[in-house]
Amino acid sequence: MSKGVAITGMGIISSIGNTVEENFQSLIDKNAGISKISKIDTIHKDEIKVGEISFTNDEMVQILNLPESNNYSRTALLAEIAVKEAVNNAKITDINKYKTGLISATSVGGMDMTERYYYSYKDEVDKRKYIDAHSLGDSTLKIASSLGLTGYTSTISTACSSATNAIMLGARMIKSGKLDRVIVGGADCLSKFTINGFKTLMILSETDCMPFDKNRTGLNLGEAAAYLVLESDEIAKKENKKVLGYITGYANANDAFHQTASSEDGEGATLAMKKALEVAKKSPKEIDYINAHGTATPNNDSSESKAIIRIFGKTIPSFSSTKGYTGHTLAAAGAIEAVYSILALQNDIIFPNLNFKTPIEETLLIPETEVINKKIKHVLSNSFGFGGNCSSLIFSKEL
Amino acid sequence: MNNYYINGIGCVSAQDTSNLELNFSDFSELKNNIVDVFKPNYKAFIKPAMIRRMSSGVKSGIVASSIALKEANIDLPEAIITGSGMGCLRDSEKFLEGIINNNEQYLTPTSFIQSTHNTVGGQIALGLSCKSYNVTYVHQATSFESSLIDSMMMIDEGSDHILIGGVDEIGPHTTENHELVGHVKKESDLKNGILNSDSKGSVFSEGAQFFAIERDKKNSTYAKFIDVAVYDKLEIDEVENKMNQFLNDNKMQISDIDMIVLGINGDIDYDEYYNLLMRKTFKNTQQVYYKHLSGEYNTASAFGLWAACKIIKDQSIPKILKINNKEVPTINNVLLYNQYRGLSHSFTLLSSC
Repeated sequence: MSKGVAITGMGIISSIGNTVEENFQSLIDKNAGISKISKIDTIHKDEIKVGEISFTNDEMVQILNLPESNNYSRTALLAEIAVKEAVNNAKITDINKYKTGLISATSVGGMDMTERYYYSYKDEVDKRKYIDAHSLGDSTLKIASSLGLTGYTSTISTACSSATNAIMLGARMIKSGKLDRVIVGGADCLSKFTINGFKTLMILSETDCMPFDKNRTGLNLGEAAAYLVLESDEIAKKENKKVLGYITGYANANDAFHQTASSEDGEGATLAMKKALEVAKKSPKEIDYINAHGTATPNNDSSESKAIIRIFGKTIPSFSSTKGYTGHTLAAAGAIEAVYSILALQNDIIFPNLNFKTPIEETLLIPETEVINKKIKHVLSNSFGFGGNCSSLIFSKEL
Repeated sequence: MNNYYINGIGCVSAQDTSNLELNFSDFSELKNNIVDVFKPNYKAFIKPAMIRRMSSGVKSGIVASSIALKEANIDLPEAIITGSGMGCLRDSEKFLEGIINNNEQYLTPTSFIQSTHNTVGGQIALGLSCKSYNVTYVHQATSFESSLIDSMMMIDEGSDHILIGGVDEIGPHTTENHELVGHVKKESDLKNGILNSDSKGSVFSEGAQFFAIERDKKNSTYAKFIDVAVYDKLEIDEVENKMNQFLNDNKMQISDIDMIVLGINGDIDYDEYYNLLMRKTFKNTQQVYYKHLSGEYNTASAFGLWAACKIIKDQSIPKILKINNKEVPTINNVLLYNQYRGLSHSFTLLSSC
């Protein structure tokens, strides 16, 4: 029960870059990826801003060398691009050499295709291939198949904390010896379904989102995929792998307050951070940086701020939300922010919280607004979602 | 080495399974190609004001989980782990149809809020004020088995009382789309029963099965859950080999199995996966099937587990479930095998205790 969980590879595609390197450059250049929507014809296009990836589906089909007859949703296309980068980065050549698994997260799945052809499958026989691409498990099966992976696979969906839970499950499976290696992460594409869903909840911002700002008006939706390769530290050592960092803490708790809203006092978030620190055997003062959930909705940022204060008291570590760069990428958020947390560890850099001006009166927390160079040993990353799901991860430079 | 005991079970399905007075002799083979759940007496489990607002899957999940927790006498589980292959389909359809039919106008958030795949797990937590670990697996027809694996890990990590379940609901339009591609049987295909089926597709249905998995044995214990293994894809000739490997991992062989529970659904294209096991590997073993009662859905294998738990506890195999007739003096070791359309293979092993 005590195997260390090493991170040996990562891959990402988001609105601020198609690779880890590009994402890092945008982060330190304060280069946000928020714009008007161009690839979905929605009546809301002039009143929302999103984190949209510039590739068209056709371009990604070409990059991935897929046959024209493929039935990939945009979620699956994004996922496969990020997984391939992660696997290459980890220098894995024989995918089944060790007990290797794949745990992926999504909440949109194939909805982008379903919403296009929902009523027209009856007449458009050639589009019926997307009927089987609707389910959330579909993209996971596609990735496993394209990697030739025969080990354990699963798919998790806990709304906006999905990828965090996928990473947590992967870490637990390595720790327990059920797997030696596992690819973990998540993917979600933009869709009319989610745009309209968040629109009816009245939490979409018309401007660039302003996490933790008093005058924040809501979130920008985004699309992304990111994956990590986790290996037991024994195997990482044996294979002479370059270790990018370690997962030392994780926790999942439930707010049990409301189906979509977070509790006023951030109970679930507090529990998740507290338990993650316990698993990592770290005290709050050892955390050097928090990559916050920070969606920029009035409810989340207030609730999360209170939870941070409940855990860290008066000594709040440096913190920021990177959602001003990418938008809220839903099920993928926990994975892209895991990549950013690891980049922070590797480079001893804290990424700024864009668009922040005025602190929330009640909590007065002030996020980092510039790129900061600072020794970083441990990073805490939060993700919270509908259904009361609250999860936290701790990434560490050393075991 | 920890033990995992199934100490409470609850089931809402196409049969009246939430009525605990009834038994398998009260159930009958489904005669329609698309069958909704038999509506439980919701008022006994859910506040009247909430009943109208909740979708069918959420209500089924709450009823089934309440029964399982009550049987095991658990107030507050240490984890709520849900499997759902297709999630809350009705609310997803409702919200999507609103978007398409009215060109993204006049939408209300209710169906969006309830459309997320983790709605059932979230609502159970809310009802119980349960702040512990909560996760939803959405991996097609092994969604429930992912929950089983997680429950073992939770107990290995020190928890004592875990609630797990599988829930799926029918989405009317989604089913129509699946009819277009031949996944759903026609009503006329059902005259011979699914065991003697000569047609493609399966009976589409829905249900919720929940289980209290605990570290310790109790008076209410049904069975010991031994292990589970899953594979996304297997060829027909790989199944026996993988199954033997699974039994071997658990220090058992085919002759140790007293009963095999098969996920036969009457789809002639894919029931071949079971045929070799029936005709050869397990020809001397009592064989049982259940999808003629439950219909097919992504978490129907949990109905199979529910049936197996009852059989082990009663030490009696209902006639309606029997494929063959073998003398089974004691039902100790039970193996379940399921797949859906050649994908999502699972082997699950139970023992009496």
